[in-house]
Amino acid sequence: MPHKIVNKNQLSENVYRIEVEAANIASARKPGQFVIVGISTEYSERIPLTIAGADADKGTITLIFQAVGKSTAEMANLEVGDSIDNIVGPLGQPTHIEKFGTVVCVGGGIGNAPLLPIAKGLKEAGNKIISIIGARTKELIILEDEFKAISDELTVVTDDGSYGRKALVTEPLKEVCSRGEKPALAVAIGPTPMMKFCCLTTKEFDVPTVVSLNTIMIDGTGMCGGCRVEVGGETKFVCVDGPEFDGHKVNFDLMMKRMNAYKDLEQEALDKYKEHRCKIGLDK
Amino acid sequence: MTESKQKSYSELREKQKNGTLKNSERLKIPPQEMPAQEPDVRKNNVEEVALGYTEEEARLEAMRCIQCKNAPCVEGCPVRINIKDFVGAIADGDDQKAMEIIQQNQLLAAVCGRVCPQEIQCQAKCTVGLRYKDPTMAVSIGRLERFVADKFLDNDMTPKIAPETGKKVAVVGSGPGGIVVAGECRRAGHDVTIFEAFHKPGGVMVYGIPEFRLPKALVQKEIDKLIKMGVKLECNFLVGRTRTVKQLMNEDGFQAVYIGVGAGLPKFMNIEGEQLVGVYSANEYLTRANLMKAYDFGKGADTPIARSKKVAVFGGGNVAMDSARTALRLGAEEVYLIYRRSEAEMPARIEEIHHAKEEGVKFLILQNPKRILGDDKARVRAVECLRYELGEPDDSGRRRPVPIEGSEFEIEVDTAIVAIGNGANPLLQQTTPGLKFNKWGNIEVDDNCKTSIEGVYAGGDIVLGAATVILAMGQGRIAAQSINEYLKSG
Ligand SMILES: Cc1cc2nc3c(=O)[nH]c(=O)nc-3n(C[C@H](O)[C@H](O)[C@H](O)COP(=O)(O)OP(=O)(O)OC[C@H]3O[C@@H](n4cnc5c(N)ncnc54)[C@H](O)[C@@H]3O)c2cc1C
Ligand SMILES: Cc1cc2nc3c(=O)[nH]c(=O)nc-3n(C[C@H](O)[C@H](O)[C@H](O)COP(=O)(O)OP(=O)(O)OC[C@H]3O[C@@H](n4cnc5c(N)ncnc54)[C@H](O)[C@@H]3O)c2cc1C
Ligand code: SF4
Ligand code: FES
Repeated sequence: MPHKIVNKNQLSENVYRIEVEAANIASARKPGQFVIVGISTEYSERIPLTIAGADADKGTITLIFQAVGKSTAEMANLEVGDSIDNIVGPLGQPTHIEKFGTVVCVGGGIGNAPLLPIAKGLKEAGNKIISIIGARTKELIILEDEFKAISDELTVVTDDGSYGRKALVTEPLKEVCSRGEKPALAVAIGPTPMMKFCCLTTKEFDVPTVVSLNTIMIDGTGMCGGCRVEVGGETKFVCVDGPEFDGHKVNFDLMMKRMNAYKDLEQEALDKYKEHRCKIGLDK
Repeated sequence: MTESKQKSYSELREKQKNGTLKNSERLKIPPQEMPAQEPDVRKNNVEEVALGYTEEEARLEAMRCIQCKNAPCVEGCPVRINIKDFVGAIADGDDQKAMEIIQQNQLLAAVCGRVCPQEIQCQAKCTVGLRYKDPTMAVSIGRLERFVADKFLDNDMTPKIAPETGKKVAVVGSGPGGIVVAGECRRAGHDVTIFEAFHKPGGVMVYGIPEFRLPKALVQKEIDKLIKMGVKLECNFLVGRTRTVKQLMNEDGFQAVYIGVGAGLPKFMNIEGEQLVGVYSANEYLTRANLMKAYDFGKGADTPIARSKKVAVFGGGNVAMDSARTALRLGAEEVYLIYRRSEAEMPARIEEIHHAKEEGVKFLILQNPKRILGDDKARVRAVECLRYELGEPDDSGRRRPVPIEGSEFEIEVDTAIVAIGNGANPLLQQTTPGLKFNKWGNIEVDDNCKTSIEGVYAGGDIVLGAATVILAMGQGRIAAQSINEYLKSG
C-alpha cells in the first residue's frame, strides 16, 4: 500500500522533513523506534529512518532525513502528493523512559531528528533536560526551536563557529558532566565518531550514556544479521536488540569500519542516479 | 531423439497403451536425465538451471514405474500424494488426470517438484531404486511432479469457495505454510488476510531460494491465485510490532491466527573476525541477491553486494549450496565450500551438490574455520581453518567431526558467508504473552498445530526448526483443517 506524502519542507541544505500517511505505524510507535522505507518494490534499497514524530489521529508519521546517497536523494525528489511505495514498522525497542533526574541530550547533525522524540518523552516523564545540539556549520543546525521548547537549557555549537558556540559537542558535554550535580543520564545521537567521543567523555565521569546506532540494515526484523554490532563483547542486532545501547560498551571502531563496507558501490549508485536526475544540489 | 530411440519409444508407448508393457521392460528403461543449462553458461546467468522434461522424457520416466502394489513412495511423501496413480496417468499420457491427483494433496506442485529433497523422501522408498540399491535409479517422482505442474501452470484451476462465513482468519507470514493455510481457510468461506513483514510475499521461496533454482514468477503465480480467491494480503506488516497477535484477535476481529513466520534468525559461529567487512550471514547475502536483485546492481537495482573474487562459504546444507552458487553468479572467480564433516553427511540435496560441483564450487570437506582474518581496513583477507577427522557417531547418528590439532592453515578470501543454519526470531516470544515456546524458541503445538493460546495455530519452520517447504505445507494443511473445524464450532 503506497504512503502518500502530505507535507514536506526543507530544514537545511540537504535535510528534509516529510509527513506521510501510515496509520498503523502512527498509532503503534513509541519514541526511539524506526521504520524501513522502500521507494519502489522491484529494485529499491530498504533504508532505515527514525520516526521523528507521529499524529495518531491524522494517521501520519514524520520522517526527517538527510540526502546522502541514492535512496535518500530519490526521496528528496518526492513532492507532496507523491507516494512512498512501502514503509514497515515501528521497528526496534522503544526508548526506556523514566524519571532519572537530569538528562543531558546531545545531538549531532541529522542525529537531532531521532533525538527529539526521545528528549520529548524524557521531558514528559519529569526529567530536567539539558540539550546540546551541534553541526558542522550554521546551515546544518536543525530543529533548534523544537529543542528550545522542551529543554531546560540549550546550547548550540558549530564546528566552524558560524553559529552558537564554536566547539564540538563534547566540550559543553564535559562542562555539564563536571558540574557539582552531574547528570543522571546522557543520550547521544549523531554521526558514529561523535557518539564515540561523547561516550569517552561521559565515561570519565561515570555518567551512563545511551546511544542510538545507525548501522546498515536490510530487513530490520532480525533476519539478515547485517546490522550486527559488538556490544560488551557480544554480537547484537541493532534492529531488534537496539537501536539504543549502553554507549560505554559499544565497539565503535569496528562499527565504523562496517559502515564503510559499501562506500564505493553507494557512490556508484548515486553517480548513476545523478546522471539522470541532477536537479537536486547534492554536489557542492 | 535419434530414429532408433524414437522407434523404441513408440513401441514402449504402444505397449503401455495396451497394458502389455512388462516389468522387465520397464526396468530396462534408463532413468531420464533432466535437461539443464550447461554449467559454463548457467554460472553467468540467474536463469533456472534445470530445464524440465520434454513430453517424451516424462512419459519414458513415468513408464519406469512398475506400479507396485504397496506403493511405498507414498509413505515417503510428507503430504501423501497418490504417487503411484499420478505417475501411472503420465505414463498413459493423461496429464490432466495426473494434475487432478496431485492437487488432492498438493497446492504448490511446481514448487515442490523443484525443491523437495526427493531422494530422501518419496524416491528413497521407491521399489525401483531399492531393487538397484541406488537411490539415483529410483523413478524421478519430483521431476514428473514438476512436469505436470508446469504444464498446468497457467490454467486457471481456482478452487470453489464456500459461502462467506463472516469469520476472519489472520495468517502471519507468507511462506509455503502460510500460503496453504490461506488457501484452505478461504476455501471454507472465511475472510482471510495474510500479513507479511517483507515488501514481497513468498517467504524463503522468494528471499532465500535463488531464482536459478526456483523462479520467483512461479511463487507469484501461487500468490496471484490466492488473491483471485479473495485472500487479502498486507505486506510491510510486522506482527508483534505493527500490531500484536493479541491486538489482531481482540481489537481487529480475527477469530483465528496462523503463525508461520519461519526460522529467520541467522546463526553465527562466534569466532574471531565475524564482524569484519565482507562477512555475511547467508540470509543477508541471499536476500540482497534475490529479493533485492543485487545481481542487477547498476542496471536498476540499488542494493549493493560485495564484488567478491574469492569467497568462502561455511556449511553444507541447501543454504550453503545456494550461497556458493549465487556467489559464482555474482562474478566470484573462486568459491570454496567449507564443511566440517564429509560429503556423505552433507544435508544438502544430492542434485544441488552435483550442480554446485559442475559449476566449479570447490568443496573443502573435513575442514572448519577457526577464525577470520582481516586487513588494516577490517576487510576480510583470509580464513584460518582446521582439518578434521571423523570420530564416533554422536546423538544425531552421524560421525562426530574431531579437529586435528595443529592442522591450521589459511585460505585467502575476500568474502565469507556463514550458512550454518537459522534459529527462531525472538520477536513473537517477546510480544505474545501466553504463547508457549520450547527452549530453542520454537512454538509448541499439539498434533493439530494448535498452540497454547485458544484460536492460535502455528506451523512450518517456527515449529519444526529449519525444515523444508513440503513439511511446512503439510503442517499448513493440518493447521487449516483445525482452524476450519474450530471456526465451525466457535
Ligand atoms: C535505526 C536507524 C535510524 C536512522 N534514522 C535516520 C534518520 O532519522 N534520518 C536520516 O537521515 N538517516 C537516518 N538513518 C541513516 C539512514 O538510514 C541512511 O542515511 C540511509 O540508509 C542512506 O541511504 P542512501 O541510499 O541515501 O545512501 P547510501 O548510498 O546507502 O549511503 C551513502 C552514505 O551513507 C552511509 N550510510 C549508509 N547507510 C547508512 C546508515 N544506515 N547510517 C548512516 N550512514 C549510512 C554510507 O556509508 C555512505 O557513505 C538511520 C539509520 C538507522 C540504522
Ligand atoms: C537458502 C535456503 C534454501 C532452501 N532450500 C530448500 C530446498 O531446496 N528444499 C526445501 O524443501 N526447503 C528448502 N529450504 C527451507 C524452506 O525454504 C523452509 O523450510 C520453508 O520455506 C519454511 O516455510 P514457512 O511456511 O515456515 O515460512 P518461511 O518460508 O520461512 O516464511 C516466513 C515468512 O514470514 C515472514 N515473517 C516473519 N516474521 C514475521 C512477522 N512477525 N510478521 C509478519 N511476517 C513475518 C517472513 O518475512 C517470511 O516471509 C531452504 C531454505 C533456505 C533459507
Ligand atoms: S511433494 Fe515432495 S515428497 Fe511428495 S511426491 Fe512430491 S516431490 Fe515427492
Ligand atoms: S537489519 Fe537484518 S538483522 Fe537487523
